[in-house]
Amino acid sequence: MPALTVNGTRHEVDAEPDTPLLWVLREQLGLTGTKYGCGIAACGACTVQIDGQPMRSCQIQLQDIREGEEITTIEGLSPDRSHPIQQAWIELDVPQCGYCQSGQIMAAAALLRDVPEPTDEDIRASMSNLCRCGTYNRIRAGIKRASELS
Amino acid sequence: MTEHFTLSRRGFLASAAATTGGLALGFPLGAGAEQLDKLAQPEINAWVVVQPDNTVIVRVAKIEMGQGTLTGLVQLVAEEMDADWDTVSWSYPTPGENVARERVWGSFGTFGSQGIRTSQEMVRQGGAAARAMLLQAAANRWNVDPGEFSVERGVITGPGGETLTYGDVAEDAARLDVPESVTLKDPSEWTIAGKSLLRLDTADKTDGSRVFSIDFKVDGMVNAAIRQTPVQGGTVAGFDASSVEGMPGVQRVLQVDDSTVAVVADTWWRAKKALDALEIEWDFPEENASFGTEDLEAMLTEGLTAEEAFIGNEAGDVAEALGKAAQVVEATYSYPWQHHVTMEPMNATALVTDDSCTVWTSTQNAESDLAAASEASGLEIPQCDIHRMNLGGGFGRRGASSTDYTTIGVKIAMQMKGTAVKVIWSREEDMTHGAYHPATKARFRGGLDADGNLTGMHMRISGQSIFAGLMPFALEDGKDPLVFQGLQADGQEGQLGYTIPNLLIDHAMRNPPLRPGFWRGVNNNQNSFYLESFIDELALAADRDPLEFRRALMQDHPKHLAVLNKVAEGIGWENGAPEGRAFGLCQHMGYGSYVAAAAEVSVENDAVKIHRIVAATDPGHVVNPQQVEAQIEGSFAMGLSASMMSEITMQDGRVQEENFDTYPIVSMWEMPDVEKHIIPSGGFWGGVGEPTIFVATPAVLNAVARLTGKRVRELPLYRSGLRLS
Repeated sequence: MPALTVNGTRHEVDAEPDTPLLWVLREQLGLTGTKYGCGIAACGACTVQIDGQPMRSCQIQLQDIREGEEITTIEGLSPDRSHPIQQAWIELDVPQCGYCQSGQIMAAAALLRDVPEPTDEDIRASMSNLCRCGTYNRIRAGIKRASELS
Repeated sequence: MTEHFTLSRRGFLASAAATTGGLALGFPLGAGAEQLDKLAQPEINAWVVVQPDNTVIVRVAKIEMGQGTLTGLVQLVAEEMDADWDTVSWSYPTPGENVARERVWGSFGTFGSQGIRTSQEMVRQGGAAARAMLLQAAANRWNVDPGEFSVERGVITGPGGETLTYGDVAEDAARLDVPESVTLKDPSEWTIAGKSLLRLDTADKTDGSRVFSIDFKVDGMVNAAIRQTPVQGGTVAGFDASSVEGMPGVQRVLQVDDSTVAVVADTWWRAKKALDALEIEWDFPEENASFGTEDLEAMLTEGLTAEEAFIGNEAGDVAEALGKAAQVVEATYSYPWQHHVTMEPMNATALVTDDSCTVWTSTQNAESDLAAASEASGLEIPQCDIHRMNLGGGFGRRGASSTDYTTIGVKIAMQMKGTAVKVIWSREEDMTHGAYHPATKARFRGGLDADGNLTGMHMRISGQSIFAGLMPFALEDGKDPLVFQGLQADGQEGQLGYTIPNLLIDHAMRNPPLRPGFWRGVNNNQNSFYLESFIDELALAADRDPLEFRRALMQDHPKHLAVLNKVAEGIGWENGAPEGRAFGLCQHMGYGSYVAAAAEVSVENDAVKIHRIVAATDPGHVVNPQQVEAQIEGSFAMGLSASMMSEITMQDGRVQEENFDTYPIVSMWEMPDVEKHIIPSGGFWGGVGEPTIFVATPAVLNAVARLTGKRVRELPLYRSGLRLS
């Protein structure tokens, strides 16, 4: 049975090898914080981190995941919403409906790790996740606030 | 704009709707002892539960879908109660409970920017009544007149300094009669309402724990993927179930109704995979199956000059005024179909037994879903109920335009009684089976006298009616009054901000074969784009400054003028735009609020850069300023998406756009800085979620025209050879 490591725990899963990681997370592992938005890697709602890199899990098949790769989902970002991005999101009331925010947060956390003090242009260039509620300006402010908190 | 969104299937909603205006307090706010026993939580009245530990649960009839209404309504109740904000939470009653209690919570419908403004009075009364009952309970305990008490953060202090918490007296208070009348606080006294408090529902949206309807799980649940007819009015001619029945996880391949096929599997991904492999034969009505965007174009163009039209606003004699005009300016504009694209695709989980039907779904109007569940299951209303889940976006799609996701979910569950079925529409299924922003065109003729004054204007709208497509019973002798949003002569909802001595605004209804829907801002989107673009064209023809030209027509519309002046000041209109840039203006009224925007743009290599937008809104009263600010910014992202980037087209009766690759929306890259001015003038309650959506686009395009001379009359932007940078 295929196996993968998610949020530090190894799981064997009953799924076909071509099943997208998104649906393995949601349906086999019950980690529904990662969202389905488009299925074509266009919206970013399904963003997780694989070895720290933001990846769109709808386009990664189970068979693509290599032994030893560490998958982090929104549920594993911190045990208690203590990641600076989560703290900043709460402090600035970034989410509206909230559906895209798991993906936004996972992408923003990866950005902050690579660029601890991102400029507006850094944020514009790297945050391509879609938000239909239009929370972009608060996301931008939230990333900057998280940078201060880090 | 009251109850006309409610889709009444069995009549009960329509009859009940008559009771949903402002409530006198004789209304049964209390539960009655026999009902109280049946409720999971003891309650002071329908709106307020106080638990022994002094925590307060506010019942919320409207739904939260990102717009902040939930927090705002709880603020209003907590304010009247003098509750401790730190101990306040909320719960959603079900529509089944509402019906069982003679609609004590009024309408659940959350659309038309009505969440706060149509229910603020009743929820505040609920809070004030709860406070009075809690104080009376304390008075009974102490044998003192409650007039001698002071209350702060849920603690009652008696004349001798003795204290009781709300929790201490909650059980006693719940047994008391509801007072016959209460006095509401004046907004000037507010300490909880009117403040930029943080939302109550943010934290669990940051760690993945918030359960959206698509995330809902129940033991033994199975998953369904569906395919509906790609052409409106089409029917299923046949499919070979056996071709996919052996695929992994597949449990059933079934026909849901005349126009829908479902595959049910243990997981949704397996259901979708099997559905994708299933070949389905269809029968289509020929006229619909041959319809395309070019037919829409011809249909709407014909309506622009048709003899017959419904009149929405008329004054003086337009024909005479145009005949006498020194100059007649003409222009024709168009606005394409749009899709809501809620980030969470349509979905519902349904469980049907011989005598019950239960649905868990995200909806803006759970009472409509209740009616849909009853109709689809054949069970009576009291046998059905809807559990309201968090919405991953609404924007008018869910329950406001259609409850199709509930109907389909129940129809599948009907064929698998005793098993809960979750149906999820793929993004492609969702985008090609929407309830689309109507497509229209408008043709203007405006007459200017020798001094450049506007003496007459004819605005002919041609195109689709939402009422005709969704709820023909709301038409008035065939006319759809909603088409004229923001163009009405008077009223509190959407009054035209200009006085034009000779005026005719009329509508030639032309309905193409694509289901329309209420899309955030609804008909204000195109009406504001049409009118505010044309006003600028008139100003240009009259060789007048667009701000001065507007002001001359707005002397009898001081509230419209106030927001316009505010944005003109904010953008620095008097000083002019920096080199290489231009300013543009727009003002409009909708959903009871006055709104305006001013944009600063530059254009380089046909790419439009929006440097900033200044926005102003006067919604009368404001319950949470920082959430109003969030709505201004968010509405601009959605409004600019529609005008600058997105368009639904049709070929052979089929919607062509299926996903974000062909239906792009504004992202972080395009999102402008927004300067927000909230200037409530008091005395009325306007909406917040929608009104600002319709002012960004005209402001931007007016700036583009002033800078480049290129007037964008067809949306989206690329039709004029431009793109958003």
